[in-house]
This record gives sequence, C-alpha cells and structure tokens, in this order.
Amino acid sequence: MLTAPPAATRPTAKAPPPPARRPARRGVVAAARPYLLIAPTLAGTAFLLLYPLARNILMSFQHYRMAELIHGGAKFIGFANYGAILSDPEFWTVVRRTLWWTALDTGLILLLGTLIALMLDKLGRWMRLAVMSGLVLTWATPVIAATTIFQWLFQSRFGVVNWSLDQLGFHSFRNYAWFAHGGSTFAILVALVVWQSVPFAALTLYGGLTTVPAELYEAARLDGAGAWQTFRLVTFPVLRPLFALVTSLEVIWCFKCFAQIWVISQGGPDNATTTLPVYAFQIAQALHKYDLGSAVSTLTVLILTGALVFNLRRMFRQEGEEL
Amino acid sequence: MRHPLSRTLRRVPLNTAALAVLAVSVFPVYWMAITAFKPTADIQADTPSFLPLHPTLDHFRTAVHAAGFGTFWRNSLMVTLGAVLMSLLVALLAAFAVGRMRWRGRRAFILMVFIAQMAPWEALLIPMYVIARDTDMLDSLSMLTLVYFMTTLPFTIVTLRGFLAAIPVELEESAQVDGCSRAGAFRRITLPLLAPGLLSTSLFGFITAWNEFAFANTLIIKNQDARTLPVWLSSFANVFGTDWGATMAASSLFMLPVLLVFLVLQNKVTSGMTAGAVKG
Repeated sequence: MLTAPPAATRPTAKAPPPPARRPARRGVVAAARPYLLIAPTLAGTAFLLLYPLARNILMSFQHYRMAELIHGGAKFIGFANYGAILSDPEFWTVVRRTLWWTALDTGLILLLGTLIALMLDKLGRWMRLAVMSGLVLTWATPVIAATTIFQWLFQSRFGVVNWSLDQLGFHSFRNYAWFAHGGSTFAILVALVVWQSVPFAALTLYGGLTTVPAELYEAARLDGAGAWQTFRLVTFPVLRPLFALVTSLEVIWCFKCFAQIWVISQGGPDNATTTLPVYAFQIAQALHKYDLGSAVSTLTVLILTGALVFNLRRMFRQEGEEL
Repeated sequence: MRHPLSRTLRRVPLNTAALAVLAVSVFPVYWMAITAFKPTADIQADTPSFLPLHPTLDHFRTAVHAAGFGTFWRNSLMVTLGAVLMSLLVALLAAFAVGRMRWRGRRAFILMVFIAQMAPWEALLIPMYVIARDTDMLDSLSMLTLVYFMTTLPFTIVTLRGFLAAIPVELEESAQVDGCSRAGAFRRITLPLLAPGLLSTSLFGFITAWNEFAFANTLIIKNQDARTLPVWLSSFANVFGTDWGATMAASSLFMLPVLLVFLVLQNKVTSGMTAGAVKG
C-alpha cells in the first residue's frame, strides 16, 4: 500500500524538465530551514556557554582582581596564574581529594544502582512498585531540601542518627558533632550524594534491564550459568552503552558537585571537604582573586575532559554509526 | 515440586533487601515531614518519637510568615517556568531539525548538543558573575532565567529527539499527502503524539531550575528581593537559628510542587528517561 507512489509524481523519461526558477528558490529556502530551526540553540550555546567559557580562559591569563572587576582594564600576565596555582601544594591536595571523592561516590552509586536494578527486576509487582516509588521520592527531593534534611538527621544533640547509634550500643555517638570533624563531614556528604544519585542510576539501569531479550537469559540458564556469570556474560555486555552513559553522567555530577558541599560545610572543617569547584569559588568569591579562580576552573574542565575522553570517544563513534 | 510456600520463602531475602532499600530511600523524607508537624518540645525530646503524636501547624506558620517567603516563591516559579518554556520551544525546533531533516552539519550539531549536556556549569560561576556584572544583569532574575534555559536546553533536545524518533514519520507524510503543509502536519499529527514527551522533558527542566542553588547564590547578591527559594532555604538555618521544626516545614513546602508533579507523572518520566538514555 505504502510502497507505490501515485504514478503522476514518479519522474519518467518523458516528463518535461521542471521550470528552473521556482524550484531553485524553494530549494534554497528549504535548505536554509534546518539552520533556521537550530539557530536559537546555536545562539544560546554561543552566548551562554561558549562565551563564558572563553571569558573564563581569558581571565585565567589576566590579572583580574577586585580593582579590575570594578574599573576594567585587566592586563595579560601569561601563565602566571597557572604557575601560582600549580606550585601551590594546597591545589594538589584538593585535586587528590576531588578524584577520591568522585571515585568513591561514583563507585558506590554504580554498585548500589546495579544491585537495586537487578533486585527490581526480580521483585514481585507490588514490591517493585513500592521500591520504585520510594526511589522516585528520593530522586524528587530537591538538592537543598535533602541537604537540610541530612543536617537535621546528623544534628549532634537531637539528630536521629546519634540517637539510633546510642540505642544500638555505640554510646560514644551520644551528642557526637558530625560536622565538627573533617572525616565525618566528608562521610555525610558522600552518603548524601549517593542517597540522591542512586535512584537515577537504579531506575535507568532497570529500564535497560527490561529491554534485554529473555532468550539470552534462557540460553544462559540452559548453559548452567550462575547469577554472577549471567550478569557478566549476558546482562553487562548488552547494557554496556547504558553503563557507560550512567558512569559518565555520575562522574560529571559528582566531580562538579557544589551545592551540597557549600551548604553543609563550605569546604570545611579545616578544608577537609574542599573539592575543586568549591576551591575555585572560595578563591574567587571570598578572596576576590577572580583570575586564580578562573585558572582553577579551567584546570577543572581540563581534568574532567581528560577523565572522560575515553568514554566520549566511544560514545561519538557509536553516535557516528547511528547517524 | 514447586510449592507456593517454598517460593515465598525463597523470596524472603529478596523482599527484605527491598524493604531495606525502601526504608533508606523514604526515611529521610519521612523524618523531614514528621519533624515539621511536631511541636518543638517533641523535636527536642531525648527520645525521638517516630509518629506525630501531637501534630501542629505552628512550624508551617513560622515558615510562611518568614520575611519574603511569598516573594521568593514567586521568583522561583517565574524563573523556573520561564526557563522551561524557553528551552522547550527552542529544543522542539532543534529536535525537529535533527529528527526530521537531513542537512550538512547535522552530526556536528548533535555532537555539540551532547558535549553541551556535559558542560561543567559550576566551573562557569566566575565568568558568569563577571559577565552579569558587565552587562548590568547582576541581581536580575532574567539572567538566572537565561542561565537555567541554557543548562536545561541540551538535555531537552536529546530527550525530545528520542521521543520524536519513536513517532513514525509516515504519519506526517500521509497528512501531507492529504493536503497539510509540512509544519501543519507536524502540528496536527506529531505534536499531540509528542505531548507525553514534552511533559516529561519539561519536568526535568522544572526540577533542575527549581533546585538550582549555585548560580542563584552567585548572581543574586545585593538585591535580596530577587532571591530564589533554594538560596533562602539554605540560609534558613541562619534566619531561624536552631528552629528545626520551621526549617523542616520550609523544606517540605519547597519540595512539595516537585514531589506532586513527579508522583503524578512517574511512569512517563521513567519511560521517557530510558528512551532518552538508550537512544541518545
């Protein structure tokens, strides 16, 4: 039915050559149409992404402090800002901490997300619905709301966490001041970010799991594969692109995580929770050293790009095949 | 022989794990809500109560009557809706160009959108601040709207493209055969089918913009009347000292709209996200 177009529109040898002018002009209009459609996107990207990015790089090569912010006329000083940043041991401590923070968060999120996704797949209908609703609830909790909730949960005097630990026999946690110590503040931030991010990973991976053909599992079962083998040889290879995507997104989100850290600890106590974005912001906003802050931001982007370059290349290749 | 009881028994560890996950995901939010309804005496009890034994609305009154609450609520709503509508409109055009047309540079454009989706926005706080200052847009809600528009745009394009790909192009073509123009065919046939996609995508934009803290905290400095809810909420502890009841009431009110929309649309959201993720 669909295959046979009306005979009249089918070009034949006898058809007269089409009049030259109109189709040509219509052709130009038609050819311009997609570019008109993407023009707003391009404009937005140019002014709100590329320009700030360029501005950031520019500032990182200038002397740009409070005076320049007010009066303008920043001077170029070459790589001096980068020299100052890279020779500061504090910067390298922050880099190490950021990598550690990202690896820990992403690792936990993927591990828990995968386990929960597999669990959802095995659960009965009602239980699955209940757990998914719970995950959606967590996911829908706004970052700042979740942050205040965690502050309340871990509040030293009336926090329910200290009370529970005390009840369980860990009496040293009675009135324990979580936010007074670097290590425990760090741990709470990890818990907060993982708590908030697991639902996305779990629900996405579960969505992917439901698309794995049942015959593959059947075949694996007939071959006598155990649970781990089935996952390693069937589930994971099929969902590899999805895992790659979720990993990249979580790495990016954890790496550049700012709001939670800023609200809970502002990078403290004793800088124990200062990651790169927080560090850049502290330098720029609190010390008014916008030039150094920009250098840190540029380095942040470079490190993040470096960490993701393999994933990006793979993704582009895959996209290229699809298009 | 498979026995129903043994099947139930085998499911015990699985269901226990499920209940544990459920508890961990729900408890913090439950604790927030229940604290908001407890009188201060119950909040500051040595033994916490896990049920609201003496429910009160006092903390909600404190929160709502706090200075500027209505203003900040309106600011957040305006910025969020403005950004979502803008990005939806712009993304729809781009998704149509990408999904329904062939043109040179299409691939490069898609890759650009993907990269933009991963843009480290927090690294742009400083230049954005400087640019806003240079253009007299500091302390203005329109600057925030523009930033949120851009932060949600790439994701919206990717997801809408996924939804659009699921709608057969033949439907549009047959409408064109029946005399519709190309735009008319899109508007009459594809747009209605795209409605769930538009809905779920805009929800993501809504949540992102509603929640955003870093830019709102950086770009709104002097004009306190232009603050948004997240910034206000983050300073709530300072405003109300250790009034945890009021803080939790404010958090509950802040999260309510997101939660309502999310719960109503959750199926569409999950399927939409998977469509976007798998395809894009």
